[in-house]
Amino acid sequence: MSGARPGNPGHHAALALGDDALILAQRLGEWSGHAPELEEEVALANIALDLLGQARALLSLCGDEDELAFRREERAFRNVQLVERPNGDFAHTIARQLYFSTWQELLYGRLAGGTGPIAALAAKAVKECAYHRDHAEQWTLRLGDGTEESHRRMQAALDALWRYTGELWQPVEGLDVDWDALESAWRAGVTGVVTRATLGVPEGPQSSPWAAGAGRQGVHTEPFGRLLAEMQHLHRSHPGASW
Amino acid sequence: MTTTLPERDAAHDDARAAAFDAAVAAEERIEPRDWMPDAYRATLVRQIAQHAHSEIIGMQPEANWISRAPSLRRKAILLAKVQDEAGHGLYLYSAAETLGASRDELLDKLHTGRQKYSSIFNYPTLTWADVGAIGWLVDGAAITNQVPLCRCSYGPYARAMVRVCKEESFHQRQGYELLLALTRGTPAQRAMAQDAVDRWWWPSLMMFGPPDDESAHSAQSMAWKIKRHSNDELRQRFVDICVPQAESLGLTLPDPELRWNAERGHYDHGPIDWAEFKQVLQGNGPCNEQRIGQRRRAHEEGAWVRAAASAYADKHTAHQGAERNGAAA
Repeated sequence: MSGARPGNPGHHAALALGDDALILAQRLGEWSGHAPELEEEVALANIALDLLGQARALLSLCGDEDELAFRREERAFRNVQLVERPNGDFAHTIARQLYFSTWQELLYGRLAGGTGPIAALAAKAVKECAYHRDHAEQWTLRLGDGTEESHRRMQAALDALWRYTGELWQPVEGLDVDWDALESAWRAGVTGVVTRATLGVPEGPQSSPWAAGAGRQGVHTEPFGRLLAEMQHLHRSHPGASW
Repeated sequence: MTTTLPERDAAHDDARAAAFDAAVAAEERIEPRDWMPDAYRATLVRQIAQHAHSEIIGMQPEANWISRAPSLRRKAILLAKVQDEAGHGLYLYSAAETLGASRDELLDKLHTGRQKYSSIFNYPTLTWADVGAIGWLVDGAAITNQVPLCRCSYGPYARAMVRVCKEESFHQRQGYELLLALTRGTPAQRAMAQDAVDRWWWPSLMMFGPPDDESAHSAQSMAWKIKRHSNDELRQRFVDICVPQAESLGLTLPDPELRWNAERGHYDHGPIDWAEFKQVLQGNGPCNEQRIGQRRRAHEEGAWVRAAASAYADKHTAHQGAERNGAAA
């Protein structure tokens, strides 16, 4: 795990946020060539690219971006479990994006007011996050308030991913943020959109008792190992090569 | 009275046809509202649609490597490129729509095999180096074909080509640079690059279409200034550009008959396997079924999403209308 320097809280935070962005970019990249319409091919790739850009900047604060992305094992990744969830149908992808982008925009908005390299990155990234959140909101409205089928699928997706949202306000070491305030702002934002979309806010627990903060500690869900196997295979097959 | 009408129309048509021919001869652009011969319109719809289809099917062989790109920089470049291709598809469907076709109808023709896409995208991307070979050779061939289309007689198509060519040239340089990194890398990377070029060279030459004496649409398209150069001329131009580039990459091209002909001032090349080309066009290439199957699946599996968007639009347009009416009352 060269370059990760776990002793430094700033690096710990950059790694956590960088991994979130990297893994979600990887998931969104899987949509390429499979999107429901051409405009969505463009939009999903665009969001993936923004996130990949954020990941590269954040990981570079911790060490060599490729070393960190391609040579760490599953247990060393610090992303929240939400971003590693499989794409599922379009509604699942949108629900995941709504939960994550709403959080990311709020968090980056707060971090942008601070100092240091993460603040500078957050100030740039927050504009991208606002666009991602808007895209997810617009689709949540269309799917929720579209047809009976789309309403059912969107509700199912919101329900299925709800249990992964609790991790979003587990404090990240090195980030000076009022996590309780972040949680209420997130809840208000998501509730507003979900309600306007004629959907219900899920009611179950937002994390299993044994999984709270798990991703941040390197404990992931089963599909994550396969994501890494695919992402890292070529790089690992040619140790020391440059590309 | 009834007998004079057709004569008057015929005279009118003749006049419009003469004006069209004069505009084409004077290198003026034909625009969507201008009169044009039905066959000109039909040829353009077919060509532009097939060009659009090629952009969106062409996303697949490259997207095949997005999840496995070996560095984050390369992953970002590849994602951006595939995104550009979707954008090119959008420009081109819009250009076709100016001729009275609809995107849905054209996609339907693609999905049911009534319209084709470039034969090249029926070949598989088996290694990372294929992404570079596609950029260098396939995009290179596409640019050679498309640069003259920037002067095509139909305005919307010509303008789409200007935008497309700018982005394609960028992709082509990136593909070349990807191969350069491999040829300057480890022996395994070098071998990967050579293998990719060996597999993509001949299919790239086939992208220019059949030889001139077998090209069905060429003469008419040249007369209409849709096409500016013959298939063989463009193919020759491409070969002449690629040979020195291959040399500077330190790669060989898989053609023992490839040599400089001082008399012609061009490279001679060996015979193209037109039987293979025909097989691929007829649907029997290595990936035809996979490519069209994935496209159809994406469209079918996305149907509920598109239905939701239009149901929402209907509700909310109706709703806004009601609000406006309410306010007016």
